[in-house]
Amino acid sequence: MTKKELLSGNEAVARGAYEAGVRVAAAYPGTPSTEILENLATYSAIYSEWAPNEKVALDVAVGAAYAGSRAMAVMKHVGLNVAADAFFYASMTGMEAGLVLVCADDPNMYSSQNEQDNRNYAKFARVPCLEPSDSQEAKDMVGVALDMSERFDSPVMLRVTTRISHSDTLVELGERAGVPPEALEPAKPPEYRIDRAKYVMVPGNARRRHPVIEERIAKLKALAETFPLNQVEMGDTSLGIVAAGVAYQYAREVFPEASFLKLGMTYPLSEQMVRDFVAQVDRLIVVEELDPFIENEIKLMGIEVEGKSIFPICGELDPTVVRRCAVEAGLLPPPSPPRLRGGSEAGLLSFPPHTAPSSSSSRAALLSSPLHAGPSSSPPLAGGTEGGQQQVKLPARPPLLCPGCPHRGLFTVTNKLKLVVNGDIGCYTLGFLPPLSALHSCGCMGASIGVAHGVSKAGIAQKHVAVIGDSTFFHTGMPALLNVAYNQSDTVVIIADNRTTAMTGHQQHPGTGMTLMGEPTYAVEFEDLAKAMGIQRVHTVDPYDLQAVEAALRDCLDNPGPAVVVSRRECALLPTARKRWMTLAVNADRCNGCGLCFQVGCPAIVKSDVFDEKTGRAKARIDPLLCTGCEVCAQVCARKAILFREEMKEVEAT
Amino acid sequence: MKTINFFLTGVGGQGTLLASNVLAQVGVRAGFDVKKAELHGMAQRGGSVSSQIRWGEEIHSPLITEGEVDYLAAFEKLEALRYLEMLRPGSTVLVGEMAIPPLSVSSGDDVYPDDEQVQRVIGAVTDDVHFVPSLRLAERAGNVRAHNVVVLGALSNFIEQVPAETWLEVIAGWVPKRYIDVNKQAFQMGRDSLAR
Repeated sequence: MTKKELLSGNEAVARGAYEAGVRVAAAYPGTPSTEILENLATYSAIYSEWAPNEKVALDVAVGAAYAGSRAMAVMKHVGLNVAADAFFYASMTGMEAGLVLVCADDPNMYSSQNEQDNRNYAKFARVPCLEPSDSQEAKDMVGVALDMSERFDSPVMLRVTTRISHSDTLVELGERAGVPPEALEPAKPPEYRIDRAKYVMVPGNARRRHPVIEERIAKLKALAETFPLNQVEMGDTSLGIVAAGVAYQYAREVFPEASFLKLGMTYPLSEQMVRDFVAQVDRLIVVEELDPFIENEIKLMGIEVEGKSIFPICGELDPTVVRRCAVEAGLLPPPSPPRLRGGSEAGLLSFPPHTAPSSSSSRAALLSSPLHAGPSSSPPLAGGTEGGQQQVKLPARPPLLCPGCPHRGLFTVTNKLKLVVNGDIGCYTLGFLPPLSALHSCGCMGASIGVAHGVSKAGIAQKHVAVIGDSTFFHTGMPALLNVAYNQSDTVVIIADNRTTAMTGHQQHPGTGMTLMGEPTYAVEFEDLAKAMGIQRVHTVDPYDLQAVEAALRDCLDNPGPAVVVSRRECALLPTARKRWMTLAVNADRCNGCGLCFQVGCPAIVKSDVFDEKTGRAKARIDPLLCTGCEVCAQVCARKAILFREEMKEVEAT
Repeated sequence: MKTINFFLTGVGGQGTLLASNVLAQVGVRAGFDVKKAELHGMAQRGGSVSSQIRWGEEIHSPLITEGEVDYLAAFEKLEALRYLEMLRPGSTVLVGEMAIPPLSVSSGDDVYPDDEQVQRVIGAVTDDVHFVPSLRLAERAGNVRAHNVVVLGALSNFIEQVPAETWLEVIAGWVPKRYIDVNKQAFQMGRDSLAR
């Protein structure tokens, strides 16, 4: 028997790429897709890279496929918004070798700014879409997608979701077989096949290509009828369920007796299969996450079907939600007896309505963090005695800037200067949380600079800045900065350069001097870039040095014209930074509990149980396990009660 | 073969995900179909972390239905209270003794529940609640960071069909070589602490 291994969906996709002979892979990091390229980089047979953004990543994969090598591009759902231009021309041209686009949607937005169902892009661009329901299928479908891509001369979308990417299931491993070694390591590079009519998308050629791709989708539709990963599983015929992806697994769990049409290919849909299936069942429903995509396709066939009238469009499904909705729709009998003793009615557990939406309440617990549901949502818990006198409030545990995070110093200064901050996507987005509350807009990757430029041109009473991270600046910030220089606005752009792509787990980028595969490379300097674009006022500061940050910002804000401040300090969790960690301490004699230091929002500063005699307020204490010695709190303290590193060393020496 | 549903919770940096990897792998070694789902928080450190592991003959959903958790293991006391709706009367709950106050507690806006409150809140759902002196035992085993393995050791008592050796083999495969002995010790101490 072949060995089975537990793999996450992301690990499985990487393994699938290896087994199917992918030679070039490119991506930009983005939860929940990031681990695919991190795993691919461990296979030396595959060239893999972090591109500066998803559009470039997809262009790279297209180029490799034009050049006759199997290729893969990977991105989270919103990444395809950035790469959409490339996606559409790739659909028009087709390629010489297989191209698979792996696209990870994030239902419930565990780490995203919006929910979008990227199957719509597949249909939009006339590209087939495959959806795995576990890691085994995620692995297998990479090979299937590449074969399909080559057979139909089309890119193929492999659409996964957070619960596929980050769930582990058993996978039977294969070999990098079926791919002749010559194809993997050709003795000499293959000729680039010249075909201008196919690959040069000027209007004349494009007009000839459009009918080709419409014809292609018709052929794919015919293929779908016999596609082996579309399966009919007949059970009780009173209920027929069409499902795909992880939603299929939830539905199987909730309706063990029902008949299923399980779709591995959700675009184009196999019309005859659907018609045959519906003819055998009394009631037809679709269980799918996000948009009514399958449902609408079936309705277009003129078939009566229910889906989003039963299951929600917003958020993710899970067995709890599917069951609850099924009961409400009369598909299942109500549960009996109630599972919780007492239940919420008895007041044993009471969640305020906005923290316990109609979705699973385990998620409601997560939603109770400010990042997800607004700042005042700690659910009260009542424990113990009947009637629940003993109210216990369950404190939320939202994500936050780590102890020693360089962004903390930066935001402490923007707050002091009362600046309006147009933010961007990255760890520094967490600066919007109280007590800092320092970020005032955040839309998508790279938006900060363009938005700030627009604010400048419109004119506002307050001073304002854009804050963007290093990796995000490379992603989509550069053209926006060019615009600031070109069209000359009084925009101050702060590049929060922590020397890594931190939020997705420390990936390399063009400024770090290292590639995904661990090769040293040229490290771009932001200062040089900004000057080359035409920004003449450029400062570099250490965000641990509050005075320096303030001085640089004042210089930029007090003078007209564009300016850039590079706020440079490596992420406190990088190994090199960890080496400098040390613990600070509070001199309790000097501290009067004024609370200024709590305003920097560091988990390492806590209220002690010692109270100041005059003010009656709790004095500050530093948690030695959490403090990294960044000194931001020490600089904020008006009474010099928090010892600096040098002072700590003196204390320790005596 | 009855499906067994495990729910692990903790705070980022505590080793919750490592423990869930061990638990999933033990299930595989014991011959079960296994699925594991975890939530990666947005923050690198300090956020809530949870993981769901299911063992059975054939597992479909990687996520557990509300009210169907058989074993909840919390590596931090407050986190033990966050997913009560996942439990049913009769669920077994293991609570590691670690307390990590969130920012709202350190800033004085919220109060961290005491042990009696934790016991009472969980006790309102199920009677089978066990506090595990995870930190003290891990310290005695030689490294406080092995507190998560102490909790796994305690949990192993309840899974009678899987021998301790299987757990120990899997743990040895997941931790760096120089920590194997400490972790084996931690596992055994956790196991002995709740031996029935």
